[in-house]
Amino acid sequence: MTMELDVFVGNTTIIDEEVYQLWLDGFSVADAVKMRLENGALGECEVSGEVLHSDTMDQYRTFQMCERLLHCPSKLANQLLFQIPAHHQAMLIERYYEFDHMFAREVLGKKLSKGTKKDLDDISSKTGIALKSCRRQFDNFKRVFKVVEELKGPLAENVQHHFLLSDLLAKDYAAVVFFANSRFETGKKKLQYLSFQDFAFCACQLISYWTVGAVDNMMDDMDVDLEKEFLHDLKDLKVLVNDKDMLDQHKSLVCSQLRGRIRVFTEMEANFKNLSRALINIASKLTNTKDVRDLFIDLVEKFIEPCRSDKWTAGDLTLFLTHYTSTASTLETYRYQVIWERYMGVVKSCILKMYHD
Amino acid sequence: MPGKLKAKIVAGRHLPVMDRASDLTDAFVEVKFGNTTFKTDVYPKSLNPQWNSEWFKFEVDDEDLQDEPLQITVLDHDTYSANDAIGKVYIDIDPLLSSEAATVISGWFPIYDTIHGIRGEINVLVKVDLFNDLNRFRQSSCGVKFFCTTSIPRCYRAVMVHGFVEELVVNEDPEYQWIDRIRTPRASNEARQRLISLMSGELQRKIGLKVLEMGGNAVVGYLQCFDLEGESGLVVRAIGTACTLDKISNTYAPASAINPCNSSPSKDTKDSPQAVPSALGCRSTHSSPVHSASSRLSQGFSVSVPTLLFAGMKHRHRSSEGPRARQCRAGFGEEAPGVPLSSGPPTPLRAQTFSSFSPSKSYSRQSSSSDTELSLTPKTARICLSPSSPTLQSKSSPIPTTKALRSTTPPPLHVSQSDTAMLRKSVSFSEDLLLAASGMGSGGSAGKEAGPLKALLRQQTQSALEQREFPFFTLTSFPAGFLLHVGGVVSARSVKLLDRIHNPDEPETRDAWWEEIRQEIKSHAKALGCHAVVGYSESTSICEEVCILSASGTAAVLSSRFMQDGALDMDHRLSRQQAPVFTSGTEKGEGDMGSSASLGFEDLAPPGCGFCHIPYDELNMPFPAQLTYCHCCRRFKVPDVLFTTIDLPTEANVTGKGCLIQARLCRTKKKAQGEGNATAISNLLPFLEYELHTQLMNKLKLRSMNALFGLRIQISIGENMLLGLASATGVYLTPLPSPGGIQIAGKTPSDITYEQHISNMQKKINDTIAKNKELYEVNPPKLFTLDPEAFRCINTELVEEVIGSPIPEPRQRSRLFRSHSESSDEVSELDLSHGKKDAFVLEIDDTDAVEDIHSLLTDAPTPPGFYSCNTEIMPGIYNWTSALQMFTSVRVFRLSNVNLTNQGLNKVFNDLCENLLKSLYFKLRSMVPCCLCHLNFTVAVPEDELIQVAVTAVAMSFDKEQTLENGRQSCDKTLMKAITENEEQLQFPLELTAESSSNPLSSAKGLSEVSGALPSARAPSVDYSSFTDRCSSWIEQLRLKAHTIRRGSIKTMSSLEKASPLPEGRSRSLRSNRSYAGGSVAVVKMTPLSFIPGTKIIKYLGIINMFFIRETTSLREEGGVSGFLHSFIAEVFAMVRAHVAALGGNAVVSYSMKECVFMENPNKNQAQCLINVSGDAVIFVRESELEATPPQPQSASTQTSSSGEGT
Repeated sequence: MTMELDVFVGNTTIIDEEVYQLWLDGFSVADAVKMRLENGALGECEVSGEVLHSDTMDQYRTFQMCERLLHCPSKLANQLLFQIPAHHQAMLIERYYEFDHMFAREVLGKKLSKGTKKDLDDISSKTGIALKSCRRQFDNFKRVFKVVEELKGPLAENVQHHFLLSDLLAKDYAAVVFFANSRFETGKKKLQYLSFQDFAFCACQLISYWTVGAVDNMMDDMDVDLEKEFLHDLKDLKVLVNDKDMLDQHKSLVCSQLRGRIRVFTEMEANFKNLSRALINIASKLTNTKDVRDLFIDLVEKFIEPCRSDKWTAGDLTLFLTHYTSTASTLETYRYQVIWERYMGVVKSCILKMYHD
Repeated sequence: MPGKLKAKIVAGRHLPVMDRASDLTDAFVEVKFGNTTFKTDVYPKSLNPQWNSEWFKFEVDDEDLQDEPLQITVLDHDTYSANDAIGKVYIDIDPLLSSEAATVISGWFPIYDTIHGIRGEINVLVKVDLFNDLNRFRQSSCGVKFFCTTSIPRCYRAVMVHGFVEELVVNEDPEYQWIDRIRTPRASNEARQRLISLMSGELQRKIGLKVLEMGGNAVVGYLQCFDLEGESGLVVRAIGTACTLDKISNTYAPASAINPCNSSPSKDTKDSPQAVPSALGCRSTHSSPVHSASSRLSQGFSVSVPTLLFAGMKHRHRSSEGPRARQCRAGFGEEAPGVPLSSGPPTPLRAQTFSSFSPSKSYSRQSSSSDTELSLTPKTARICLSPSSPTLQSKSSPIPTTKALRSTTPPPLHVSQSDTAMLRKSVSFSEDLLLAASGMGSGGSAGKEAGPLKALLRQQTQSALEQREFPFFTLTSFPAGFLLHVGGVVSARSVKLLDRIHNPDEPETRDAWWEEIRQEIKSHAKALGCHAVVGYSESTSICEEVCILSASGTAAVLSSRFMQDGALDMDHRLSRQQAPVFTSGTEKGEGDMGSSASLGFEDLAPPGCGFCHIPYDELNMPFPAQLTYCHCCRRFKVPDVLFTTIDLPTEANVTGKGCLIQARLCRTKKKAQGEGNATAISNLLPFLEYELHTQLMNKLKLRSMNALFGLRIQISIGENMLLGLASATGVYLTPLPSPGGIQIAGKTPSDITYEQHISNMQKKINDTIAKNKELYEVNPPKLFTLDPEAFRCINTELVEEVIGSPIPEPRQRSRLFRSHSESSDEVSELDLSHGKKDAFVLEIDDTDAVEDIHSLLTDAPTPPGFYSCNTEIMPGIYNWTSALQMFTSVRVFRLSNVNLTNQGLNKVFNDLCENLLKSLYFKLRSMVPCCLCHLNFTVAVPEDELIQVAVTAVAMSFDKEQTLENGRQSCDKTLMKAITENEEQLQFPLELTAESSSNPLSSAKGLSEVSGALPSARAPSVDYSSFTDRCSSWIEQLRLKAHTIRRGSIKTMSSLEKASPLPEGRSRSLRSNRSYAGGSVAVVKMTPLSFIPGTKIIKYLGIINMFFIRETTSLREEGGVSGFLHSFIAEVFAMVRAHVAALGGNAVVSYSMKECVFMENPNKNQAQCLINVSGDAVIFVRESELEATPPQPQSASTQTSSSGEGT
């Protein structure tokens, strides 16, 4: 005696957010039923496992049918098959495209290719996220990447426009796309301590200040790539370390500003030239694609680690970077203020974000 | 008469990829109507083609316009091979043919393929230019409005209710033709879809013709069904109630009042009267009613005789259709034909006594009874109300008045015509059926003499009704004062063999079958002292070559008002025949109605209880019932229990709330072929019905209720079992006596443990009753002199036992007693020694009873916050919110255990239904407090060991907090709207202020928030950056809302609709404005009810009647049977919504799924499903908006509504 067929179709599609989450998380129907029973989120209605199973199956089916539409969220509003209230549509889309930062951290900077997809089971076992869910998230990345890659205009807004996501989520996707496009190295051991959020913040900075779109919104160029011209111009900053006078002048200015204001003053004073050289070197090398990829590892190895070993506090670092940037602008012979600030602004905020344990 | 149909193909979107190489499609469209086909250009390489075609024009007959659908086929152009079909859209253009319905069809339609389902959408524009019909010989009936709604549609007023119309069309089922073997499933499915579309078009047209002949302009309660008979063909049949409806606004705009009739009778009257009769003569030869009548007669069927009459529920088990009669007799033993069937299936005990209740006998009995009644006039003291027998009337005053006569047949020409028709019919019928003949014959022959007329309201009605072959009404709720008394449920069933039909392609045989059943129903109604049957419906269940035909309804006595009015109306028209006069006639009619509406109640009985008063003669009851004086008015007698198939009258006095009551039964049956099978089924049927009835009665008692409304008994046959499912809404009618408890009686009192067991059970039952009383708030007022009488079914079958037992007098109290013979002493002890018995006794000594009790106790109570009913309204709940969720749920259960006993089967079936209900409650838990209304269960046995249950219902939330008083108002408002427009208009503003003030602040705020936020999000956003902001804020806001508002989904949904004002004119423009984010898809509400709470229906756009087939050869890939059916049902909903939206509507009311036939072949990875749905497309506006828009002061409130409708 078995239930051969069991369906429920409402004129307005009923969506249980809890079940949706279970589905998104890649639980099987049986597991989902178990979870629901355990959660006891069913409130006062006493419900048998049978009823729950039927309901869960039904919801899963609905989601499966909706999934096709979710791949192109604008279709969800236009399609006739399901009558879904707008707020539920928004919820469906948002949740579908939400991703685990743990997962994103693993994929960040990798090529969104079939090869990576094959490695998903490793990621799954490493992060404890169900493989199904990993696949969905990976496919989402890939889908968004494919659509947005060739588009002109601001990246996050493109994502938002095409996938109807919230601000925050769209920005996260922008970060993922940006990283995937530039293939930044994030997998090195030294970078392991950094979270997705750290990288997302950096990506946002890079997108906002270093891409073509950052200078001119109307430019018919893409937001995904760093501005070539700008990277080229960064070579000019070398003067700051190559010109001995300038370097000394810069150092004395910074020291005078910071004396007594930071705890690690002596260490700073001793290390100033190395630190400055590190930052300028990173800048000057960015014309190389390879070096662009290594941007973060360079920042960590060349700048953050020395600071950390000297036990700089975040406050110290903030003060240092602020004055390091501003005093350079006051150097009389220094002619690259615009580039300098554009560069340092981003580097400063990135370093500050990345400076933690 | 020609009309010009114009269609334009605008664009497509979301098309499937047809060319793998390019991932694109080269689509073009074929537009076909009748035999004419047009094509658009190929729009190369696009999934969103913009054809923007010219207007394709079809010049066609209006007959074709009614029959044919517009066929739109989307294809993929292929240079080298044949073009691939992407899918089709069938558009029923009928709504465009009525001047009052839609004017244009415009919108996105899902492109549907029977193999792949929905494959993209297509935007189409359709218009019709219809020329006025001046030809009397026409076969079309354009302009007749059809409504599925089984009450007078909300924005109309009934001028006259003409009565029953029926029609039946037969064709070969393309699926069963030999060609099936060589053509593809797609071709076969499409042929079938197209055929059914054609057939239902034809059916509707023919019914329309009948309506026009009767002088009506609309069919209300239109019920169309398909019988997939298999090899013998495909039958499409429909019944309905012909009415003359008047748009309510029309009273204030007389000119437009004539419009609706433009293409109908009024035009006929314009023709010179002389010419008419001759024309008629020709016509009668081919116009359908007369034709079919004569053919029916020639068929010469023998009248089969009811064997049982219980509670007015009778059924036949004899299939005695002409060609079959001989074999049948063999099957039934040595009975002579024509002699009342006595030995059949029913309990042999008393068959002799009771089965003699043949029509002729009942007739004689009836007439004699009414004779006595007349003579006893002073004694009964309710002569004017008492249902004197119709035959009596034709004796005492054999001449129905001209007035009454005309009332059914408006224009003079029609009078004479239908007279002849009736005469002919009646003559031949009189041989068989005295009942039918006497009334009609005399009416026909003496109709013109204006005889003396007793000034009895009833009599007029009766005579008016009498002229109809079948005084049946498919309506389930009525204008106030129309329904006077309710007798009880009448039903008839008949088992037929499909392979014995002589001319399977001709409708005659089936016509005769139904005719037979209707006659039986009619005679049952007469036996109950009623002259009409309301809430009438027909259904079939087919398994292989055996077919059960069922009909049921509620015997009732109706007021003559709606017929009389018509008569007056017609008088005017006859005498003057001028349009202005006609109008004045209408006004007069209306005035009459208005006055009588108020008078009606006082005249007859208090409105709250009048309908409960027995229509039959107290001394000569057709079945034994315990009568008491009405607990409301104390003047008239009422029965102890009342069963009906109608909706609860709005004015009824009800205590507490109601609830869904279901009786479920499964009986095994041996597999058999043909004759033997039919006999076996016939033999089982009475037991099945009896059991169902007992269960219903027990469950009713258990809930302390005394009446059932909306009773629907469905019996389905399978190869090896019979399923019976009876659903109804139980209520406690205040006028009826209070039901007592249920008492369990054991037979072997010696055994102590046994006694304990019994007392345990008794306690359980008592507890349940007490709990139910609380749950349903049933606290009957205690009455003084009236003993809380014993309950007995008004089931005559109970009498069987009584007769069998030594108690001689049938009027003596009987009890529900399962084992007939042995316990007579107990009976006397319990029944006779206690003069006042307030318990319903259950004998548990036989297994059946144990089972019964078991099922009584296993019925799970509805979870808190839920109510359920299968009627439109739930007594005791008035403050509905506008949140509603219509749904369909289907389950198929496989019985793997082959050797199941009856009990085992019962349990399985019972659990299946219970679990289904539980699942529904769980699914809809977010809507609590809510009521599942119009729960409509359909059971079927698709295969040997499969049981299929399909449910369609609507969940509606209500507000607990609102005061009852407030609720009362809104209830009155929604329900009585159609009846008393003026009153309603007055109530309007009062109530709305009350409503808005009572709204909690937070929700009001929430509403405004969303309504503010959403439209902006919807606006087309070219400027992306600004869009971003808006979008994010929109999402944020929605999130917020989801948190802040309880039942967020519901509220937001309703607020969404609030945000989009929907008077017709505006709605369209709005839709086109709407873009992408908010969805260009308009929200279409669906409900099986005839109204949507908190809204006012301002326009009916036409009937939706769609038939779809879906097939798959990759069942597993589509998610198995559940996945397949899930998407199919979703697709059906989508297509219904799309059609409604294209008509300019925003809701479907009276929606129902008539058919859901599911077949699978898992071995071949195949499945097929057929679904038929219907409903009325409407435009509604929120009452709050209605209030807000019109600037007129209250005094002009009626005008405001009319202006609203005018736009």
